[in-house]
Amino acid sequence: MNITQFILVAVVKIVLAIWLLLTAVAYTVWLERKLVGHIQNRWGPTRVGPFGLLQPLADGMKFIFKEDLTPPHVNKPLYIAAPMISLVFALTSIALIPVGGWVRVAGVNTPLEITEVNMGLLIILGITSLGVYGVALAGWSSNSKYSLLGGLRASAQMVSYEVALGLSLVGVLILAGSFNLREIVDAQSGTFWGVIPRWYIFRWPPQIVGFLIYLTAAYAETNRLPFDLPEAETELVAGYHTEYSSMKFAMFFMAEYANMITVACLASLLFLGGWHGPVAGPAIVRAVLPVFWFGLRVFGFLFLYIWVRGTLPRFRYDQLMAFGWKFLLPLAIANVIVTALIVALRS
Amino acid sequence: MPQNYIPIFLFIAVVGFLIPVTLVAAKLVRPENPHRTKLMPYECGIDPVGSSRGRYTIRFYIVAILFVVFDVETIFLFPWAVKFKALGVFGLVEMLIFLTILIVGYIWIWKKGALDWV
Repeated sequence: MNITQFILVAVVKIVLAIWLLLTAVAYTVWLERKLVGHIQNRWGPTRVGPFGLLQPLADGMKFIFKEDLTPPHVNKPLYIAAPMISLVFALTSIALIPVGGWVRVAGVNTPLEITEVNMGLLIILGITSLGVYGVALAGWSSNSKYSLLGGLRASAQMVSYEVALGLSLVGVLILAGSFNLREIVDAQSGTFWGVIPRWYIFRWPPQIVGFLIYLTAAYAETNRLPFDLPEAETELVAGYHTEYSSMKFAMFFMAEYANMITVACLASLLFLGGWHGPVAGPAIVRAVLPVFWFGLRVFGFLFLYIWVRGTLPRFRYDQLMAFGWKFLLPLAIANVIVTALIVALRS
Repeated sequence: MPQNYIPIFLFIAVVGFLIPVTLVAAKLVRPENPHRTKLMPYECGIDPVGSSRGRYTIRFYIVAILFVVFDVETIFLFPWAVKFKALGVFGLVEMLIFLTILIVGYIWIWKKGALDWV
């Protein structure tokens, strides 16, 4: 593969991935409104298109045509940069997520991800951590009391749960012995006795504890209910994006949903066997099925996110911090030690 | 392969180009009629009182410092976990000592009340 071809393939995949991700973000919003609606005994969006399916398009148009107020009291460069930082890093982490095996299109062999690197998992963790800057800067630069409180809460919460999130992955890393997401997924192929899939939550030692810690920390990392303290409507109006409107507000919104999709992808890849599932039929079906299985898992996680949002009340801030530092963190360390000891005793 | 890292930067470049373009495009089509009351800091319709860069609790600083300690610990654990099987008993004992020191520190922090929010 020469350099022009390399760049061309990369750009085609990037454009496709951005289009796919933004569509997924738009329809996650639709799904959320629809599901929360039904949970609360309402219909959700029904007017725009069949089942309200064109609602995301209408929302997008509205965001573009709304007046964008930049209040004079803000710190302007940071105020404009903050939503961009949030969105750029939220979207970029998808560049390292593999969604399937290798395919051959127009004579070019290419993996179904933008690029395959050995440090994949580490880079994703790094990029998602950078998202804190967007939130913290938005809160500070808005120069409003609610924004400042929201930004502070958000940064403290995100850094607290990042520790538990990182530690919950160590168990999987011990079992897999690689940062390469494709290798981690490939290590989970096949089944035990033809029934139980060899996913990391079913292996010995089972990573079910790690999985639950990851899931809980992921809710806090993406500022979702029951941990949506940074934008708790009843106390902080809208938290760190109180002073934002129109397209800049939409950027924070999209960043939140893109982050949700990223953590859902990561959970599927690391704990639930990525794209592995029963595959049969003609060649074209065989090529598409793994991507379908992966999509199904991600959808399952998004569904769970929305279900939890429709069911659980919000935590109090001291409860949130105590839960993260006094429960999740020691549990994650214990999980690491137990996993390491069992793996060492077996070998 | 090092060249595999190039598409990540390409991705950032494409996204970093698209987002400002969206903002500029939105600027061309949206209405623009600011008003004094619209531009006030949002405080539920009441005139804002005092500075918005007020003082806030010291807890946020403590959380930030604790985060640095424990996140660095996580960073140390990652390469160890990946090479766990190659390091053998030596790696295991080494990391258990490291974690013991850390857990002693953690218990001390807890006893000192640094983890209590109120």
